Amino acid sequence: MTAANTQPTIDTSPVVSDEVKATTCYMCACRCGINVHLKNGKIRYIDGNPDHPVNKGVLCGKGSAGIMQQYSPARLTAPMLRTGDRGSGEFKEISWDEALELAAKWLGEVRENDPRRLAFFTGRDQSQSLTGLWAIQFGTPNFAAHGGFCSVNMATAGLYTLGGAFWEFGEPDWEHTKYFLMFGVAEEHGSNPLKAALGKLKGRGTKFVSVNPVRTGYSAIADEWLGIRPGTDGLLVGALIHELLRTENVDLDFLIRYTNAGWLIIQDEGSPEDGLFARDGDGQPLCFDRQNERLAGAIDKHVVPALSGEFTLSTGQVAVPAFQLLVKRFLSDRYSPGAVAEETNIPAETIRRIAAELAQVAFQHEITLDVSWTDWRGEKHDKIVGRPVSMHAMRGISAHSNGFHTCRMIHILQILLGSIDCPGGFRFKPPYPKQTPPLLKPSGKPGDVRPSEPLGGPHLGFPTEPEDLLIDADGNPQRIDKAFSWDAPFASHGLMHMVINNAFKRDPYPIDVLFMYMANMSWNSSMNVPDTIKSLTGKDDRTGEYVIPKIIYSDAYYSEMVPYADLILPDTTYLERWDCISMLDRPISEPNAAADSIRRPVVQPDRNVRPFQEVLIDLGARLGLPGFAKDDGSPLYPGGYPDYIVNHERKPGIGPLSAWRGEFEDEWGVGTPNPNQIEKYIENGCFAVHEIPEDQRYYRHVNKAYIDWAVKVGYRITDKPVFFQIYLEPMQKFRLAARGHGSVTPPAEHRERIRTYFDPLPFWYPPFEEAMVTQDEYPMHAITQRPMAMYHSWGSQNAWLRQIHGHNRLYIHRGRAAELGIADEDWVWVSSHIGRIKTQVKLMDGVNPDTVWTWNAIGKRAGSWNLDPEAAESRQGFLLNHLISELLPKRGDGYRYSNSDPVTGQAAWYDLRVRIAKAEDTVDGVALPQFEVIGRPAAVPPAPANLRYGAEFGDPTT
Amino acid sequence: MHPAYSVIFFTTSSGAGYGLLFLLAILGALGLLPAERWFGLAGFAIALGLISGGLLSSTFHLGHPERSWRAFSQWRSSWLSREGVLAVFTYVPSGLLAIGWVYFETTSSLWNLMAWLTALSSVATVYSTAMIYASLKTIPQWHNGLVPPVFLILALATGAVLLNFLMLAFGIWQAWAAVIAIAALLAALALKLRYWAFLNTRSREYTVESATGLKQFGKVRHLDPPHTAPNYLNKEMGYAIARRHSERLRRYVLTLCFIAPALLLALNLVLPGMFGLFPAGAAVIASATGVVIERWLLFADAEHVVNLYYGREAI
Amino acid sequence: MTTLPSATGKKLGLVIDLDICVGCHACAVSCKEWNTGGYSAPLSDIDAYGSDPHGTWLNRIHGFEAGDGTGGRTVHFPRSCLHCEEPDCVTVCPTGASYKRSEDGIVLVNPDTCIGCKLCSWACPYGAREYDQSHGVMKKCTLCVDRIYNDNLPEADRVPACVKACPTGARHFGDLGDPDSDVSKVVQEREGYDLLPELGYRPVNKYLPPRMREVDRSHAKPAGERPAQIDAVHAPTAVEKFFGWADRVLSD
Repeated sequence: MTAANTQPTIDTSPVVSDEVKATTCYMCACRCGINVHLKNGKIRYIDGNPDHPVNKGVLCGKGSAGIMQQYSPARLTAPMLRTGDRGSGEFKEISWDEALELAAKWLGEVRENDPRRLAFFTGRDQSQSLTGLWAIQFGTPNFAAHGGFCSVNMATAGLYTLGGAFWEFGEPDWEHTKYFLMFGVAEEHGSNPLKAALGKLKGRGTKFVSVNPVRTGYSAIADEWLGIRPGTDGLLVGALIHELLRTENVDLDFLIRYTNAGWLIIQDEGSPEDGLFARDGDGQPLCFDRQNERLAGAIDKHVVPALSGEFTLSTGQVAVPAFQLLVKRFLSDRYSPGAVAEETNIPAETIRRIAAELAQVAFQHEITLDVSWTDWRGEKHDKIVGRPVSMHAMRGISAHSNGFHTCRMIHILQILLGSIDCPGGFRFKPPYPKQTPPLLKPSGKPGDVRPSEPLGGPHLGFPTEPEDLLIDADGNPQRIDKAFSWDAPFASHGLMHMVINNAFKRDPYPIDVLFMYMANMSWNSSMNVPDTIKSLTGKDDRTGEYVIPKIIYSDAYYSEMVPYADLILPDTTYLERWDCISMLDRPISEPNAAADSIRRPVVQPDRNVRPFQEVLIDLGARLGLPGFAKDDGSPLYPGGYPDYIVNHERKPGIGPLSAWRGEFEDEWGVGTPNPNQIEKYIENGCFAVHEIPEDQRYYRHVNKAYIDWAVKVGYRITDKPVFFQIYLEPMQKFRLAARGHGSVTPPAEHRERIRTYFDPLPFWYPPFEEAMVTQDEYPMHAITQRPMAMYHSWGSQNAWLRQIHGHNRLYIHRGRAAELGIADEDWVWVSSHIGRIKTQVKLMDGVNPDTVWTWNAIGKRAGSWNLDPEAAESRQGFLLNHLISELLPKRGDGYRYSNSDPVTGQAAWYDLRVRIAKAEDTVDGVALPQFEVIGRPAAVPPAPANLRYGAEFGDPTT
Repeated sequence: MHPAYSVIFFTTSSGAGYGLLFLLAILGALGLLPAERWFGLAGFAIALGLISGGLLSSTFHLGHPERSWRAFSQWRSSWLSREGVLAVFTYVPSGLLAIGWVYFETTSSLWNLMAWLTALSSVATVYSTAMIYASLKTIPQWHNGLVPPVFLILALATGAVLLNFLMLAFGIWQAWAAVIAIAALLAALALKLRYWAFLNTRSREYTVESATGLKQFGKVRHLDPPHTAPNYLNKEMGYAIARRHSERLRRYVLTLCFIAPALLLALNLVLPGMFGLFPAGAAVIASATGVVIERWLLFADAEHVVNLYYGREAI
Repeated sequence: MTTLPSATGKKLGLVIDLDICVGCHACAVSCKEWNTGGYSAPLSDIDAYGSDPHGTWLNRIHGFEAGDGTGGRTVHFPRSCLHCEEPDCVTVCPTGASYKRSEDGIVLVNPDTCIGCKLCSWACPYGAREYDQSHGVMKKCTLCVDRIYNDNLPEADRVPACVKACPTGARHFGDLGDPDSDVSKVVQEREGYDLLPELGYRPVNKYLPPRMREVDRSHAKPAGERPAQIDAVHAPTAVEKFFGWADRVLSD
């Protein structure tokens, strides 16, 4: 008898599903294509769609855990109206009709009286072109999504400098790059593409350098890890620029052709023109043409601008090329490697070596593609030259109060190397690049907001001069979050993190309705959680009413925010809904292709819930908003969101989806709405890809064929080329205003700040909190990292993911811990200038010695998410948020700025400074603070004890 | 290793049972014990009761006890299967022996053969039980030459302590009963001391460097567990006992399992007769308690190499 | 039958590349997802929403740090069944529920005959076997035996779920008994190794070590200060030197 004879016969070819439906994942912002395999109407499994441009068949842990999100016991099951106090979790179920009538009543009253008194903010929303449109038609100036605490520094610095940005607007040319330098990325919007790319890079021996205080995740596999001190990246980048300049490794041709390096800057201290571009009579910037040795239009077709020298203008003023100012700044000793080594924790010789490596790869290993293309001047080129150094940066740069300038510096480093939108460099994704900055101004000035009228235009934009700010004659903010005011002039994503605090203080004015979607503002999405809760529950002493009178909230799950709302509009899961990942918003384009996608329902809700977008369209019709209701008051989109997706036109022929437009279903970008469009998307796997022809894939800032096409399909509104802005004139205009020039000037108390931080050339300054607390008292940095298996799936309602990250610990450098007398797994007090928390530590080697860190958003409030109140998330898990103030300490006159970047308003949650001390007092193993347990409403049935998911899919051994 | 009470009870109870059975069989065959009905009935009832109770208890930790019959099939490779087969087999000669002893009040001729078979298969069964543990390369504290003799001698010693009590109770006590038990206890003590010395001095040959293959980079330290809550492996194999605690328990074992019973039995030598039942009974209780602690400690002291993946640096 | 086959037709297994594993847990979760409804259904989760959640997982990802200081590194370390050639987990099984398939070497548990004695998990040094408390049987990696031969799946999907999901491409699947297979070649090339070889279980799965780093792999050397023109009257500043260079370049 052999072993083989007795082996059981097993079915190695079982039928695993009876239906496969493609859709788009929503476990994070990556937007991967997924195939949902269904058996008997239940999800058998979800895997990556191999045809999809984003993930090409792979799928991360969150995507694979979608089943547990779908069948989570934390799902809300019906509309609810609060019955107990805010925070109690006491609700009664109501019908959708009641809920929508009530919401329409509250909102309608606001719209008729003062639309400003609605604040409508959405969190991790992927339908901002719809939510934004709704808010425009409603007429409130108070709309934004969560970009203000996410990555507005990156988006804004990139858009003002390059017309595109890190974030989702571009990515390294993974195919060609020979050197990859990454700053401050623990996990990423484009997480699967980044992972796939790193795997390939490492496989072919491309050097990957990661700059990050913490060595986990991506940094763990970097060829070189630079454990930088948080907030000093600008010094490192400045020193790299210094070295490139010192060693004369700069792409001068690139600077002359594609940037404003040669544009002349007026040097006339005290004059209202000081620091502005010298311009001709038509307003065109001037340069000094080396060929003809005279002043000429800087963007005339045949000029060769001088990069240095002093030139006298016809006005008699002296002007110098922008580049000269830049060189002067970065060749100063402040940015020498030796000067920054100690502050950054990176040895000078390492900085010099990295700079040399960058230069060597850029200039000695250039890539040439034999593809001919034509530039904006009409000049033909028979090849495309690439400098194959690529970079990527994200929150480690973004979430500091010096993030805007630091990000600008990184872009300037790329520009000096000539590695923008070239083979092997950083590449734009359509619809980018746009102009620097995009030609869109924020709406919501005092006259723009009128009862029962839409707002004049979109909420978010790109101011270029003080006149663009949303302020009144006295300089007071017009938005509840103070975006586009002197507090945060370039707040292009709004300041969602300030809404609740400002509304509670009635600063700049009170609101009546706070309307939020998918934003866990009473927990991990707010800085200073205890004070945020106070703001949500604070009552007016005179009236006894809540200071924020009405809160409407939509979420699919019983998150920490739900108990603080008055009216709950329960959302569906991502597998039960339509969605549109639109070119009007944040598409899924790749450098070589424009692409967009949809999400479609693959399972039907088994609860009394509705997709938020449907609800919003319904409310729009009930309120009679233009664009949502016909003149006779009937709904414009009776078919709901799919109806809107297909038939809404932002401009004639341009709608949410780009593909299969027009009568013959063959137009991309512009074409009449096609009633079969959604069907076509579904047939194609719920996405559409438009390949960019080979000659239009690079140098798209000046690539004539690309620009012409981009204008035709509506990605651009001008056929002018894009010049990268190493010198940012709009900032100088704000600075001049702060010097008292012009008609719109900042109030005296804001002047110093605007003067200092609106420097048209980037510079490094210590993060504000670091500058305002004493180093002795708070010697350590405290930051978070985003765990790959939870990033953007923070809920902990997911039975599988919560096993991986059920609680978090505070990681501290082994050596530093020893100095502090702290052993592995000790409990410590972590104190900041606003409070303290108690947590357990884990020692490690791969962390900057001045830094402690933990995983983001693992801690949960007891009772939330339908977890056992004793769950580790609540008992051992913790948030650093409790330690981060949403406001900076008081200024001399008592005014407190938000804890944000002074240019963009980006929440500066990585600026946190702390003190660590061993906790001797208790050994009960419970993290502090503990909050009151949230009650569970009846509409959230008790969670099951054990799961046997999959048992129902039949006996597999037969 | 997590000390599972079902397994502790199984090995100690069946061990004492087989020890007693072995002694009854051998001494019966040699004619040193009277083939008397009531003594036989009590002896075999206790021995087979302890064995059966132990075996039954061992099924408590099974996920599917109703399938336990399948465990007799893999005797060619599996010590657990062998143990099962032998345990069941032992019922045959021991049952026949018991019938001869109790019904026919004889231990001669065919019954004599059954006695020898019973003794042999008792030894084999206890040896198999020990080998279930001793065969596991993953647990160095078990995978060594001392574990089987410890199991065997402890089975004999606990069985002998029982026999001593039984002979006293039936008034057939003879000094050699106490002498055998004392000798077995002292032999067990010696082996156990040697075993503990081995535990104290063995080199920790398995390292996290070898478990991960990362030695070339230097010292390897565990940073993060795969899941933050303890999983099956942690619960089953991650049990660890503090050295201090372990040493205290070893002293309990020394006292309860070896020294106290030996002294009590020595007392029997000077105090035979009905009064001797008190020290003899106390010896039974002490050795039973002691051997349970010994077995608990055998698990608690055992380190599974999988713990190298969960923070232990060497095992 | 728990005696081992004298030889297996193939030696199917995984090769894990520790050089590029970023520790994202994609493989672990996709494994859980596939197998909870597949051959091993269900992979139960006990106290799923409570204070002691523990489920059955067939693949788990650990984090280690190796070395100190600049030479140190963080290594993410996936761990699952290695489908050993000499698996004690099979031979200790009293019922024959555990077996090593003679055709491809996959080590499997027959959930219909497993009695849940847990001894196999004790015999495995790699923690590959997990007892399913709710199902009462032992679970382990099946190499997705219900995927890799599955005619109902597209051919590209006939790999273990973890391999398909892995975003960085750190997991390879193939026949390690065939010296010409891609997996054998990569093991050869990258010096793939066995875990705990001294135990003698002869794992089929191999691990590829993190690549040695040459921090200065590029031969770029920091350019030294160029010898300054000795000029008694006026030593050029760094800015002047730079633009002197720029001027020369642009004049060419």
